[in-house]
Amino acid sequence: MSNFKIDTRETSNIHVLDLKGYLDAHTAPELEKAFQSLLDKQKYDIIVNCKDLTYISSAGLGVFMAYIEDVRKNNGDIKLSNMSAKVYNIFDLLGFPLLYDISKEEAEAITKFSSKQK
Amino acid sequence: MNSKTLHLKIPSQTEKLFTVRTFIAEAAIMFGFDEESLNKISIAVDEACTNIIKHSYNYAPDKEIEVIVEMYNDKFEVVIIHNGKSFDADLIKSPDMKEYLSQYRHGGLGMHLMRSLMDKVEYKNLSDKRSEVRLIKVLPLKVNK
Repeated sequence: MSNFKIDTRETSNIHVLDLKGYLDAHTAPELEKAFQSLLDKQKYDIIVNCKDLTYISSAGLGVFMAYIEDVRKNNGDIKLSNMSAKVYNIFDLLGFPLLYDISKEEAEAITKFSSKQK
Repeated sequence: MNSKTLHLKIPSQTEKLFTVRTFIAEAAIMFGFDEESLNKISIAVDEACTNIIKHSYNYAPDKEIEVIVEMYNDKFEVVIIHNGKSFDADLIKSPDMKEYLSQYRHGGLGMHLMRSLMDKVEYKNLSDKRSEVRLIKVLPLKVNK
């Protein structure tokens, strides 16, 4: 049984990862693969839509930390959106909003990328 | 004093973390925790089991982890027992998160999360080369009585 799923899509040169389910030490490698695949294609403007992400542990947070530096060095960003309060509380507890751009809605994150791309 | 005890044994595999979290969530509901506390305890137990799988058993999938929930009148204790490598938790300091984030570090947040989410985290070496991690959460309503 897989209780985690990632769908990828592209909108105006921005790559969106839709996360669904439980992101823990078992499923974190799937997110690593998804990020690595985008970086291999030199795609650095990334939004992670967390609307259907129901759970995150430190293994999941570690994946975001593993890629943010490389992405930003390449003038891109990993922006997060649509987080439930439950997931946001874990990001917040560790101070992650200091480093990550977290938007309520995906559209806000797209607008931020679009203004940069102009 | 001891009112109720629940047991679960899992093999040392990360795919069993979901089973552990479900077991803990059901016990926490039975004990009377609200959803927020239940989530905190589930994550802390997940982190403890993940650390054991990763560091104590070095990802060997055929070892055993025992999870015991002890429900007392005013507190909920989760004891996680393994017979892998023990570690001195006192040597592992919680990171300064501002520094951690500004230096783009990653890894090593499990124990910090456990300490942040629970009221108490204790490590003990048992006999027969076994070790336990004990995670303690007090029921807030009963504390305020």
